[in-house]
Formats: sequence, C-alpha cells, structure tokens
Amino acid sequence: MSGYQDNTTRTATISVLVENEAGILARVIGLFTGRGYNIDSLTVAPVEADGALSRINLVTSGTAMVIAQIKAQLDRLVQVHRVSDLTEEGPHIAREMALVKVIATGEKRVESLRIAETFRARVVDTTTGSFVFEITGTSDKLDAFIDLMRDLGLSEVSRTGIAALARGARTISSLHSEH
Amino acid sequence: MPTADRQPGAEILLRALRDQGVEVIFGYPGGAVLPIYDAIFNQNSIRHILVRQEGGAVHAAEGYARSTGKVGVVLVTSGPGATNAVTGLADALMDSIPVVCLTGQVPTHLIGNDAFQEADTTGITRPATKHNYLVKRPEDLARVVHEAFYVARTGRPGPVVIDLPKDILINPAPYAEAAKTHTSYRPRTDPDPAQIRKAVALLKAAKRPVIYAGGGVINSGPHASETLRSLIAATGFPVTNTLMGLGSCPASDPRFLGMLGMHGTYEANLAMHGCDVMLAVGARFDDRVTGRLNAFSQGSRKIHIDIDTSSINKNVPVEVPIVADAGKALDALLAAWKADSTPVDTTALTAWWRQIDIWREKNCLAFHQDMTPGAIIKPQYAIQRLFEMTRNLGKDVFITTEVGQHQMWAAQYFHFDRPNHWMTSGGLGTMGYGLPAAMGVQVAHPDAMVIDIAGEASILMNIQEMGTLAQYRLPVKVFILNNEYMGMVRQWQELLHGGRYSESYSAALPDFVKLAESFHAKGLRATSIEQLDAVILEMLTSDIAVVADIAVDQKENCFPMIPSGAAHNEMILGTEVEGDAAAVSDQGFALV
Ligand SMILES: Cc1cc2nc3c(=O)[nH]c(=O)nc-3n(C[C@H](O)[C@H](O)[C@H](O)COP(=O)(O)OP(=O)(O)OC[C@H]3O[C@@H](n4cnc5c(N)ncnc54)[C@H](O)[C@@H]3O)c2cc1C
Ligand SMILES: Cc1ncc(C[n+]2csc(CCOP(=O)(O)OP(=O)(O)O)c2C)c(N)n1
Ligand SMILES: [Mg+2]
Repeated sequence: MSGYQDNTTRTATISVLVENEAGILARVIGLFTGRGYNIDSLTVAPVEADGALSRINLVTSGTAMVIAQIKAQLDRLVQVHRVSDLTEEGPHIAREMALVKVIATGEKRVESLRIAETFRARVVDTTTGSFVFEITGTSDKLDAFIDLMRDLGLSEVSRTGIAALARGARTISSLHSEH
Repeated sequence: MPTADRQPGAEILLRALRDQGVEVIFGYPGGAVLPIYDAIFNQNSIRHILVRQEGGAVHAAEGYARSTGKVGVVLVTSGPGATNAVTGLADALMDSIPVVCLTGQVPTHLIGNDAFQEADTTGITRPATKHNYLVKRPEDLARVVHEAFYVARTGRPGPVVIDLPKDILINPAPYAEAAKTHTSYRPRTDPDPAQIRKAVALLKAAKRPVIYAGGGVINSGPHASETLRSLIAATGFPVTNTLMGLGSCPASDPRFLGMLGMHGTYEANLAMHGCDVMLAVGARFDDRVTGRLNAFSQGSRKIHIDIDTSSINKNVPVEVPIVADAGKALDALLAAWKADSTPVDTTALTAWWRQIDIWREKNCLAFHQDMTPGAIIKPQYAIQRLFEMTRNLGKDVFITTEVGQHQMWAAQYFHFDRPNHWMTSGGLGTMGYGLPAAMGVQVAHPDAMVIDIAGEASILMNIQEMGTLAQYRLPVKVFILNNEYMGMVRQWQELLHGGRYSESYSAALPDFVKLAESFHAKGLRATSIEQLDAVILEMLTSDIAVVADIAVDQKENCFPMIPSGAAHNEMILGTEVEGDAAAVSDQGFALV
C-alpha cells in the first residue's frame, strides 16, 4: 500500500473501549513501552453506568505504518472492545484540562490574571501570593497559556491528558476499527 | 462446606479442565498448589506428568499442543515455579502455541506483602503471554478457566496464565459452564470476498508467482495444509515454507522449493527475490526470512493472509491484506481460482520454472561425505541417514530440535510431508526446548517415533527431563550432533568476528553414554562414519529412551547463509557449491 511507503509522521488521537478489568492499563502501557511507540498523552476512566467499560484516550505519533501497527496491536488485546482512530475517521474534538499554579505579586500577578481572562481560565484557588487557574481547551491552547505564565511566576502544572470524541452523531461503538 | 453446587476451588478447577477436554497436565508441585494436587490425587481422568523443572513443563505442553492441535496445560507453584515457566511462555508466545499455564499464588490477603514464595506473576508474565488472569473471587474461577482456553486456542493462538491464590483453591466456589461467546475477543476468521477476488486477479495475472507459507497454516489445523496442497496442484505455483511452516507443503512435492530465509535454499530465496506476485499465508515476514528489508522482494505485488491484523504491514507493506483463518482463506481462494476462467500466462510460468530449475541446479545443499572407514561424520549426512532410516519404520515420526546449527540442518535435510510432525523453537530460539517438547509429543503419541535432534550444548539446558522420560517410560530418542562447539555461535565468530572463538567451546562435556545410562536410558555413540548406520538402527529399534552421541565434524558451517543485513540475492554458499560470497555490511554486523 502506497501509504505505508510514506515516512512522514503524523499525530493520532486514538480512543479505545476496554473491559474495565485489572491489568488492562498495564497491558496498554506495556505495549507502548515494549514496542517503542510514542505516547504523548493517556487518560483512562470508566464510562458506563455499571462501570463495565472504560475508555482510554491516547495521543501518539508515528508513520502511517506504525500507527496502523499501534491500532492493530491494541485491537488484538483480549479486553479491548473497540479501537477508533479519531484523527483519521473524521472530525473530532479533543479537550484537556490543566491546573496551573502561579506564585507572584505586584504587576506579574495582575498580568497573569489578565491573561487568564483572555484564555477563559478560571481562578479556582487564591491567596495573596498565588493563584491556581483551571483551564480547559485543546492541548495547544494549554501549552500557549502555560508558556505565557512562565515569566509570570509559573510554579506548578497538573494536566489531565486529553479526552476526545468524534463530532456529530458518530460514536466509538458505531465506528469500525479498520482492518 | 461444599454443597451440591459449590465445591472447593481446586475441584471446580479440575471440573472446568475436564469440560475443556484436558487429558494431560505437565506440572510440578509446591505449597501454593497443594490443594490442586489433592484434587488430582482423587481422580483418574486427567493424567499428571511430573517434570523435573517447570521450564520443561511448558516446553512439554508446547510439544503436546503442536503435535495434537489441542491446548497444552501446565501447572506450577507460586514464586520460583512461576518464574521458571517464563521462558516457555515467551517461547509459546513467539511461536503462537496454545498453552494454559496454571500458577499457584499466595492467598489473596497476602498478595503484595512479599509473602513466602510470592512473585508478581501476572506482572512478570504480562509481556510473555497472550493474556493472563489473577483470580480474586471464587465465583470467577470457572469462568476464567473456560475463557483462558478460549483465548489460548482462538485467533492467533498463544499462552495464557491463570494465577490462582491458595484461598481461591480452598474456598467453595460455584461452577459455571463455558460461555458461548466472549464479550470483547472475537477474532475475525472469514475472509472478505472482495479481497479474495483481488487476490485471485493478481494470481491469475502472475508471471513469476511464489507461495510463501508459514506456521499459521499449521496453527489453522490439518485442513489448511490440505487446501494448500490443492491450491498448489491447481495453480502449479512454486512454494516455500518458513521454519515454522515446514510440513504444510509436502517436501516431496516437485513444486516445493524448500525452506527460505537465512538458512533457506538458493532457489527459495531467489524465487522470493525475483517474484512478481507473492502469496504469503500464515507467515509473519520475520527478519530471519526477509533479510535486509529495503532489498526484500522489491518487485513483487503481495497478498497476505493472516488471522492477526498486526502481522500484516508490520515489516513489509502488502497490497492485498486478507485478515482471516488460513484454512478458510485458502478454501475461498481455491474456490475463486477454480471459478475464474481467466487463463494463466503459461509462457511466462514455463519460463519462471525454467529459471527456478537453473537455480535448483546449483544444488545448494550439496555436501561431501567421505565414506572411508574412520572418516569423520558430516552432520548433514547424519540427518540425511536418520531421515532415510525412519522412512520405513511403519511408525509416525515426529522431530523436535534444540537450537543451533543442528536445528537448521534438521530443517534442511529432514523432510516433512505432513503438518504437526515438526516442533522447533523458531521465534525465541530457546536452547533446551527440544527434549521436553519431545516428551510432550511422546505423551500425546505413545506409539510414535519421537526424536529430538540436539546439539551437545543445548541438550544440557534441560537434561534433567531424562528423569521424566524414565519415570513414564517415554521412549524418546535424543540424537546429538556433537561438534563440541556451540556451533552456531562458532560459525558467526568465524564469519563475523575474525575467528575469535570466545567462550563457544563445549568444554568438560559429560560422557553422554553414561549420562543416559544413569537416567535408565540407553546410551550409544558413533565416532566415525562406519558406525553411524548401526547406531541409528539400534536407536530406532530400542523400545526405551536413547541418547545417541554422534561425533560430527567440528568445523562444519551451515549454508546457505544470508548474513544479517544482507539481501536474498547475497547468499553465502557452502564450499561444495560454486558461488559468489557476500560480504557482511557494517549495519549487518550490529544485527542478530
Ligand atoms: C537459529 C535460527 C535460525 C533461523 N533461521 C530461519 C530461516 O532460515 N528461515 C526461516 O523461515 N526461519 C528461521 N528461523 C525462525 C524464525 O526466527 C521465525 O520463527 C520464523 O521465520 C517465523 O515463521 P512464520 O513466519 O511462519 O511465523 P510464525 O511464528 O509461525 O507465526 C505464524 C503467523 O501466522 C499467523 N497465524 C496464526 N494462526 C493463524 C491462522 N489460523 N490462520 C492464519 N494465520 C495464522 C500468526 O498471526 C503469525 O503471523 C530461525 C530460527 C532460529 C532459532
Ligand atoms: C537459552 C539460549 N541461550 C543462548 C542462545 C544462543 N545460542 C544460539 S545457538 C547456540 C549454540 C548451540 O550449541 P549446540 O546446542 O551445541 O548446537 P550447534 O549449533 O553446535 O548445533 C547458542 C549459545 C540460545 N539460542 N538460547
Ligand atoms: Mg554443538
């Protein structure tokens, strides 16, 4: 397949629906470390009322051949129900949340608050010498915000990693993981 | 208290095993699994074979599985019992062998406390298994056992571990029948008809076709090999097998080119190199097979049948992927081939066969055996004689091997006409595989002739299993090609490391004849050519286990050889064969 001769790398946002059992996260992570795949972001949480299924969202990058491998390797894990490459299968939304602590006083403190407002970050904790901002958005937006805070007293960051869904009426259960 | 529908976990376990059709368990006891041994003691339907080391149990289960098509079953204790089993599990994973391994574990309330003989078995075995389970609730036990067997044998087969805390084995648990379907694991086995049509179109138009069939054809069951034969007959196309696929195409078929790859035949490798259409079936484009990837069969359009999507486009991009069971896909392909009246290009195919015949004339496996009494035995000749002398035994013959030169010579000079009669450690290349694997084969086929073709170094890695052979009167034959070297290592040192034979000499070897005798077996020795036939004959006609120590030429190398990092058309040929030697590149030097 011509696509596989192409050596350019791309980023892929992949969602995986898994049986919520012990060991599945270790298997997924072991797959990435054991086979040397990149892993830029990974989130996991139960998504069904009865807690039977969890959704893993991960961001990885590689050539078309490597990404196809990653999906095939995930798909053959026993506890995996479905693998969906959101990047490839159509438009999707990916969001991430971060808590950002800024310790500053005076002009820097005021400036950080001003920037936070433009980014629609919320102040979720405040003392006279510090803020904790909560910001939600694309990973790029979070990166930009955190970058701007660097000169303004940025002292600690906690990010969730991305959550992602396909746009429109498509769902992971209606999407087919390609063979 | 056990009630009608609740029994101690160990009883539930055995009941589930019986319901899965288990007849034999290869195991070794210890504190954590004593409740299971109690349950075994009280019944007769499942036979327990007591091995001498847990690693031997897994290889035995592999041999049992590969020779029967059933799931092999292993039982070991916690901690060291489980860790000893790890090499065998990794071996079964690499070679797609269905095995269920029951491991004991400390009681649930002690897990994580560094309790006596505790090991994180699911953690340690995760990358060495297809799947593993830790049973934490009695009510899960029966379901997990059934599921483990389903997972081990379905799709691409592989090893599955069930870790069993001791309290789970003791406390009463309910029984559950095997579920009809699995919620998430349902591998696709039926081929996509559109892909079959594309494949047939490519094959019909082929001018220089080759069929490259691997272990997946064996995994699929004997029917797949039968259909492969029919497809070969219908198309007249040349066929090559991987090390793992030997026996899927009869070696006696005139269209069989022999094994391909690093130690494959000249004709098989050049046919792969020069083909215009390749049909890969149940083969995974392993590096021992492809050589340098960017030089691998560059001019061909490729069809790939494999049950595991991840085997497709992993190393080599293919044009027509077919995700399916090999047997079902070959059935569909054969039917579609017959239904399609498009004529093949007879002129081109005739020219292709003429080319192949020219390559065959190279006679790449030629060797010279001096027949003068006192002459040293060539390892190739020893295997050739073993093959010839087993032809008319009137017995089913199964061959296992250890790992090294002898393994490759066995693949080259012992010819297989049927699947499931050849067991070797291909993917992991585990020295010490052959003897326990032969033991497992013999347990499954008590009346068959089971021979482990061994090297003197490998055989020492699981030599303790001679004790198991004696205990169960398993008449396995160990045929040692004794070159007093780790020959394969010596060969690489000769060809790639300037003849610096660092630590590859087999010093201080035991007297294999006495060793055999001390294990209640027969020991035989041949040191020169005139003794060979008599030793083989005596070995084959003995009704007990035999170790035949065959002193062979210490300097012999295994050819043809495609050095690591070289291309299929850059083979090193033996001295008996005229050829153009290939140099090893710097990049190749770093490869294994
Ligand atoms: C010292 C040494 C030298 C070696 N030299 C060579 C050599 O010269 N040539 C050589 O060929 N090998 C050689 N090997 C072996 C090599 O390392 C590989 O083990 C072997 O090539 C793999 O064989 P395979 O491609 O048939 O795949 P296997 O490992 O047998 O894998 C089977 C494939 O079939 C698929 N499959 C499984 N079940 C089914 C099914 N039901 N239907 C369809 N597909 C299925 C699997 O997904 C997998 O892709 C050597 C090994 C050693 C130790
Ligand atoms: C467990 C293990 N350790 C090391 C190796 C590396 N290795 C491959 S072949 C070989 C030598 C085998 O020697 P022998 O059994 O005498 O066979 P020969 O090559 O001489 O026929 C070694 C050490 C291996 N394959 N497996
Ligand atoms: Mg040797």
